Amino acid sequence: KSYGKIDNGLFDELEEILVTSDVGINTTMDIIERLKTKVKENKVTEAIEVKELLKNEIKDILNEKEKDRELNIEPSPAIVLVVGVNGVGKTTTIGKLAYNLREEGKRVLIAAGDTFRAAAIEQLGEWSKRAGVDMIAHQENSDPAAVIFDGIQAAKARKTDVLICDTAGRLHNKKNLMNELNKIFRVVEREYGDARREVLLVVDATTGQNALIQAKEFQEVCNISGIVLTKLDGTAKGGVVIALQTELNVPVKLIGVGEGIEDLQKFNTDDFVDAIFD
Amino acid sequence: MAFESLSEKLQNALSKLKGKGKLNEKDVDLAMREVKLALLEADVNFKVVKNFINDVKKRAVGSEVMNSLTPGQQVVKIVNDELTKLMGERESKINFSSSPPTIILMCGLQGAGKTTTAAKLSMSFKKQNRRPLLVACDIYRPAAIKQLEVVGEKAQVPVFSMGDKINPVDIAKAALEHGKKNGNDVIIIDTAGRLHIDEDLMAELENIKNVLNPEEVLLVVDSMTGQDAVNVAETFDEKLGITGVILTKLDGDARGGAALSIRAVTNKPIKFVAMGEKLEDLEPFHPDRMASRILGM
Ligand SMILES: Nc1nc2c(ncn2[C@@H]2O[C@H](COP(=O)(O)OP(=O)(O)OP(=O)(O)O)[C@@H](O)[C@H]2O)c(=O)[nH]1
Ligand SMILES: Nc1nc2c(ncn2[C@@H]2O[C@H](COP(=O)(O)OP(=O)(O)OP(=O)(O)O)[C@@H](O)[C@H]2O)c(=O)[nH]1
Ligand SMILES: [K+]
Ligand SMILES: [Mg+2]
Ligand SMILES: [Mg+2]
Repeated sequence: KSYGKIDNGLFDELEEILVTSDVGINTTMDIIERLKTKVKENKVTEAIEVKELLKNEIKDILNEKEKDRELNIEPSPAIVLVVGVNGVGKTTTIGKLAYNLREEGKRVLIAAGDTFRAAAIEQLGEWSKRAGVDMIAHQENSDPAAVIFDGIQAAKARKTDVLICDTAGRLHNKKNLMNELNKIFRVVEREYGDARREVLLVVDATTGQNALIQAKEFQEVCNISGIVLTKLDGTAKGGVVIALQTELNVPVKLIGVGEGIEDLQKFNTDDFVDAIFD
Repeated sequence: MAFESLSEKLQNALSKLKGKGKLNEKDVDLAMREVKLALLEADVNFKVVKNFINDVKKRAVGSEVMNSLTPGQQVVKIVNDELTKLMGERESKINFSSSPPTIILMCGLQGAGKTTTAAKLSMSFKKQNRRPLLVACDIYRPAAIKQLEVVGEKAQVPVFSMGDKINPVDIAKAALEHGKKNGNDVIIIDTAGRLHIDEDLMAELENIKNVLNPEEVLLVVDSMTGQDAVNVAETFDEKLGITGVILTKLDGDARGGAALSIRAVTNKPIKFVAMGEKLEDLEPFHPDRMASRILGM
């Protein structure tokens, strides 16, 4: 696209880029308004500069949480609870994360807290093999809080650095399932109070505006501390995380870029924003 | 604010018109702007919204409205008409082959709900006294075969699998032979989740399709999907010629703008909606009910 003159057409084009990246119309309008002000203030004349200004505007928003992007797992022991709605990539992310942490030389243990979905335990078991870490599991349909409890006891006994806990996918509007998650969260608080705690909400990059209410509801029951944005290897841009980060004050920490064990990366603001404008 | 229902916003936008005795273009423009924002917030695709607004505007400033005694109400009616048109008007059922077995190929992005939905479908066929067979063609996802076996057992439907070392195209071929021999009249193929831009895996699906010549190629779509739904659906349709869409996870509170958008760009019907994780949670799609949902009524 050509960025010749600065006119309404230009701002419409930029608006389209943001909306089609799932930034959301409200956030988009806020950003475009601020952009217009800056264009005036800085007496910008070239359209191409407007685009750079917009990129920087978004980068500034995201950079507000830059210092919080590291996982809160040092010093050990640490526990990472992985939560989210159905099918977003929780179990796969755990496999990748376990592998990465083990590569860093950490002692890692995973707990199969999804006792509900068909073959969820077998799926995590396969990832535990690939990552070369042990897994604590109970039978299908057993109490997930009890699995996490056992995981914590095992982690203590084995002097594990990081215990990573899988949970069943659940929609945020299901009261009983959210209560169950809250129970798991309280077990973690009660049994492992001295451990660093990271609660990761996994968000699929293809998700639209529903991600906002998802995050708010999960925030309520288990106090999420970071976001993992998965499936960024597709064509979806995951723009909803901009609003997620500002409205919930929770940073995106990791991104998933494929189904392989090495496809988990740290979130990089510049790359993320540049991809929106590719 | 952010989750105020689309219905409320539409009604708000349109109520300002309703009362007016006479309309000018500016009134219509203002109302349409609000309608546009409401649709975008419900994840309706940007281009679909643009076309929608243009269509409504064209009709709204036409003589049918301007000469009417109640122009505001005319516009409301036009918005409703156009929304229903977008969603498709009638229920669309599974096409059963006149010479069984009927073959159904499930496809879609990762985690959309293919495996679960395949089992749900098989169970509904069983209730119709058919003899379904589930086929495990996902050789990639860890424990995918096991997952299908577990849900197949719950549905009391046999599962055909050859492990994860055989090419899915060959598994599909063998499954067809197996199904014919065993008198299965519906064969449902579960496939691995894949990105629409993954050329190798899309070619694999095309090959499976060419070998089986299925009656139905059903794209399974997560109802929480945002703007990308249209790209995904267009590509799957282009490569495979999908025959319909199944919309999953409607037990959540997503507005489901993706549904509207996919229907609008591919012109393929939404055949079923999935409303939960249990095998009973599958319903035929009723466009009018979906319209009410998107409108929040
Ligand atoms: N392309 C791509 N696929 C991914 C990524 N992460 C996960 N997946 C795939 O998404 C699908 C769902 O992943 P899971 O890890 O089972 O998701 P989950 O959140 O544990 O699902 P439930 O436990 O059923 O709620 C699988 O097919 C994964 O291979 C990613 O970053 N990119
Ligand atoms: N709440 C809800 N969950 C659903 C629905 N359909 C599927 N799920 C859940 O979504 C997750 C993914 O479902 P799967 O059937 O494994 O999805 P898939 O498309 O086969 O995934 P891949 O094979 O990894 O691509 C699981 O947790 C399912 O239980 C639904 O209608 N509602
Ligand atoms: K999904
Ligand atoms: Mg899982
Ligand atoms: Mg599957």
